[in-house]
Amino acid sequence: MFLYDFSELTSSIHNSISSVMSPLATTVVEMVIAGIVFLLFYALVGLILVYAERKICAFFQCRLGPMRVGKWGLMQTIADFIKLLMKELIMIKNADKLLFNLAPFIVIIASFLAIGAIPFAKGLHALDFDIGVLYVMAVSSIGVLGILLAGWSSNNKYSLIGAMRSGAQVVSYELSVGLSLMTIVVLAGTMQFSEIVEAQNTGWFIFKGHIPALIAFVIFIISSTAETNRGPFDLAEAESELTAGFHTEYSGIKFALFFLGEYMNMFIVASIAATVFLGGWMPLHIVGLDSFNMIMDYIPPFIWFISKTAIIIFIMMWIKWTFPRLRIDQLLTLEWKYLLPINLVNITLMALCVLNQWHF
Amino acid sequence: MNIIIFYILAAVILIFSVLSVTSRRILRAATYLLFVLIATAGFYFLMEVNFLASVQLMLYAGGITVLIVFSILLTSNIDHKFEKSEIKKNIFSVLLVALGAGVSLSVLLNKTFNVKSNTEPVHVKKFGYALLNYGENGFVLPFEVISLLLLAAMIAAIMIAKKR
Repeated sequence: MFLYDFSELTSSIHNSISSVMSPLATTVVEMVIAGIVFLLFYALVGLILVYAERKICAFFQCRLGPMRVGKWGLMQTIADFIKLLMKELIMIKNADKLLFNLAPFIVIIASFLAIGAIPFAKGLHALDFDIGVLYVMAVSSIGVLGILLAGWSSNNKYSLIGAMRSGAQVVSYELSVGLSLMTIVVLAGTMQFSEIVEAQNTGWFIFKGHIPALIAFVIFIISSTAETNRGPFDLAEAESELTAGFHTEYSGIKFALFFLGEYMNMFIVASIAATVFLGGWMPLHIVGLDSFNMIMDYIPPFIWFISKTAIIIFIMMWIKWTFPRLRIDQLLTLEWKYLLPINLVNITLMALCVLNQWHF
Repeated sequence: MNIIIFYILAAVILIFSVLSVTSRRILRAATYLLFVLIATAGFYFLMEVNFLASVQLMLYAGGITVLIVFSILLTSNIDHKFEKSEIKKNIFSVLLVALGAGVSLSVLLNKTFNVKSNTEPVHVKKFGYALLNYGENGFVLPFEVISLLLLAAMIAAIMIAKKR
């Protein structure tokens, strides 16, 4: 049954392609198939997340949200998407056109590179490097360049200020994201995503690593919210002061790419949190309760992965719609004076736990 | 397949490094430099040295280029364009580049390389053990010396930035 193990499905696809084509053509065709699957996945997740964000925001503000298009407004984002596609692409006078057009693609390509390394289910995993965690951190650090280029090439003061803020923010919060993931790497003893998931067969890392893992999880949620430029850390696009920040001058599909990039980055950090802390596609197993574990195994891994990711996305949206936006000095104080020292102490604590076998 | 990707990456590196030094807009030059650095990481991925590739992406593409772009954002205006350099300077730099290329090519073409086929990809654990190994082939001394240097640089940066 491929719902429980995708490696059979992928290997049967591989065999059927390679039986009719040369190895070179097989590789090319498989690359194209993987690319199309990811593109479709992007469009689907983007549509769902935008709808979820609007609905959740509405419920937090005691509204109903979109209700007119389709049942409960389900078709609203599709209608919005068609509207965005038909908008005019405005060419800015005196803008650096090359960089202006390039910037959205850098953002979207960085998120594409990152999503390839995420294990969706058993065997449903495009890139499985031995340095998976480091790879995701490395490619997601390129995304900020797109924001910086967009802000500078728009020839607009709002955009420039937005880009500067975003640069300062992402560069500093990347440290916390990296260190909190490293805490779990110390516990797991590996950076390979598939091994990290397999190691959580006997219990998720957030339970195995108890106190240091819990601290790392909270820090990861805070700093990854900041790294994806979402509220309460959305200084880069603070509507009330900067119009729309770095993407003020963008219209039509180019704006849509930034918009999609933001939501996909949220999905990526949520799925990394789910994989590293909450076991990824691994069902909830409790050592000793064999019948309970059997029942949990009946739920397909893909469902486990998506529901864990959805819960973390909900927490991030909850944070966004309940907390007011921070000032830039508060933002940098939070990172450099609180999160970073806590993180450094925490990673030492985790090393002590692992050395003395204090974890489960 | 590998050969095709190798030539694509090599072409990207050559074209963008030339563009990076000839562009008259400073941020464009920085962006071209970014492409060169990413393509270099692509070479490492091609050689299956994933760790080095990720470090290249993280430090050079994600770190140093961001720093360069950030300082450009702080200092320069979008209308600013560099003047065309003098012909004398151009000729001199072409000569210098030709000399450098000649020296490296003569060394590279005269050396016979030991081609090892079917080598195993280097696992990241080996890097970790080698970095903290104080026995034979260990790198603990350079590792610690570099960390000391980094600490000194950080303290110096804080001292410069500190208000009196």
